[in-house]
Amino acid sequence: MPENDPIRLNNVVKSFGPIKAVDGLNLDVPPGICLGLLGPNGAGKSTTMRLLTGQAIADSGSLHVLGYELPGQSKSARARMGVVPQLDNLDVDVTVEENLAVFARLYRVKDVPAAVDRALGLARLTDRRKDAVDELSGGMRRRLLLARGLVHEPDLVLLDEPTVGLDPQIRTQMWTLIDDLRTRGATILMSTHYIEEAERLADEVAIMTAGRIIDRGIPSELVAKHAGAETAEVYGPPDRLAEVRAAAEAEGLRPRAAGPAVAIVGANRQTSKSIPEDAVWRAATLEDVFVLLTGEEAE
Amino acid sequence: MKKDADNMGRLESAAILGVMSREVANFRTFWKSSTFSSLLEPTIYLLAFGLGLGSTIVANVDGIDYIEFVGTGMVATAVIFASALPAMFGTFIKYRFQRTYDAILAAPVDVEELVTAEMLWISLRAGFFGCFPLIVCFFFGLEPAWGMLLVPFFGFVTALGFSAFGIAVAGTVSKIDQFNYVTTTVITPLFLVAGTFFPINQLPEGFQIAAQFNPLYQLVELVRGAAFGFEPVDILRILGLMVFSFIMWRIAVRQLGKRLID
Repeated sequence: MPENDPIRLNNVVKSFGPIKAVDGLNLDVPPGICLGLLGPNGAGKSTTMRLLTGQAIADSGSLHVLGYELPGQSKSARARMGVVPQLDNLDVDVTVEENLAVFARLYRVKDVPAAVDRALGLARLTDRRKDAVDELSGGMRRRLLLARGLVHEPDLVLLDEPTVGLDPQIRTQMWTLIDDLRTRGATILMSTHYIEEAERLADEVAIMTAGRIIDRGIPSELVAKHAGAETAEVYGPPDRLAEVRAAAEAEGLRPRAAGPAVAIVGANRQTSKSIPEDAVWRAATLEDVFVLLTGEEAE
Repeated sequence: MKKDADNMGRLESAAILGVMSREVANFRTFWKSSTFSSLLEPTIYLLAFGLGLGSTIVANVDGIDYIEFVGTGMVATAVIFASALPAMFGTFIKYRFQRTYDAILAAPVDVEELVTAEMLWISLRAGFFGCFPLIVCFFFGLEPAWGMLLVPFFGFVTALGFSAFGIAVAGTVSKIDQFNYVTTTVITPLFLVAGTFFPINQLPEGFQIAAQFNPLYQLVELVRGAAFGFEPVDILRILGLMVFSFIMWRIAVRQLGKRLID
């Protein structure tokens, strides 16, 4: 693990009673990349984020953020880190610019008005600066949360499920802002369980389940490695899908439920004998990899 | 930024003032209703107890007009209600429902600074609002005295302890309903045996001794000292309140820390 990586976690363990939320986590995030931490609910993503902000203390292992050792130097690390939370925790009765100004002060920004102006511009909320947060739409509030996390121009940005629960239009707006941030060279760790989000924004994806990273790489490489080139999807009544699934398993393929269909990952048009002729062939995706590696059962 | 980050210490004024600036920004949105109730409540109490009881049952206590006796005592009531209750409910709501503390603690602010800032802000308000019963009392004939200028300070010091108490309670309970136990078993008895409505020396001896450990009673005595003349023992009273506030501060930091840091 290079010494200058903004995030270096080594064999980190964090338990809550009998539950190991993070279980021997090793993670390094090199400077200037956007790493997508992709995992199902309960995988340990949010606990990892809380460990990085000092809001959870690891039972064992070592954590370094921006060269500071956690938890002892967590405050110094947080001064150079921006956090965009999963839940909206803005002060709703207060104006947009006051929300930003408070956090500029908390981050010890010297020129608070300039920082607020810059953050408002970044979130495209300059014309709403005097409005109470209560008066903003859901999308504007998410943009304000992002602006609040960036008000001090951090070296490292943690995005915890930045678009969870948003409708597609707002999600697209947020992606544009995050992509802007990425192209400016900020180091980003983004937890998400939206595969499309990880594919679009992340330079690399780390797939997490049961508190540890089970694989990591560039999305296209992960797909090629685990799912091959194509996936066959077979549609039909449940009885037929069960038959197709059993036949695919017997052939050593990896079928999975995909809504009204069975998706057979790793199938080959020429050599896979168990694939029915009416199967629909499509390019393998990161979702195939995700389900293969993390399992079909949601927690 | 890196140089500043390297020099982070404990109890930094920037962090404390930053958290307080958030409180000020929010207070601006509800100061009218808050001030209105802080002014109206003591007026109602003074009318009910001071004029009601004072004109029918008790004319004076130890040579002090009953309305002035109650008015000076009610400073303590105003202080505890403007500190312990907002601290309890405000803290609980901010960490459980609004998740405000998650956002603040993601910035370079630690729990000790957060608690300190909340205590300072609540206590400044309580020290200010605590003077309202005294001001209302002027209209019922209480003579202004120079010593009264110290009343906001006495209220502030006491409120530090009670706001810390409220924060500690909020950091301890798991449901907001459990505040009922605290108000019934702690806050109400404290303010009833603080010498606000009747003199402590009329209580059984055991209660009189217990009252000495009641911070509100010490505040009531300090306020009456400010209005009618201090006594040497008042130095011990203010020192006692400072010790109370310090101990509660440390308990509040510990309890809220356990709640906020996993």
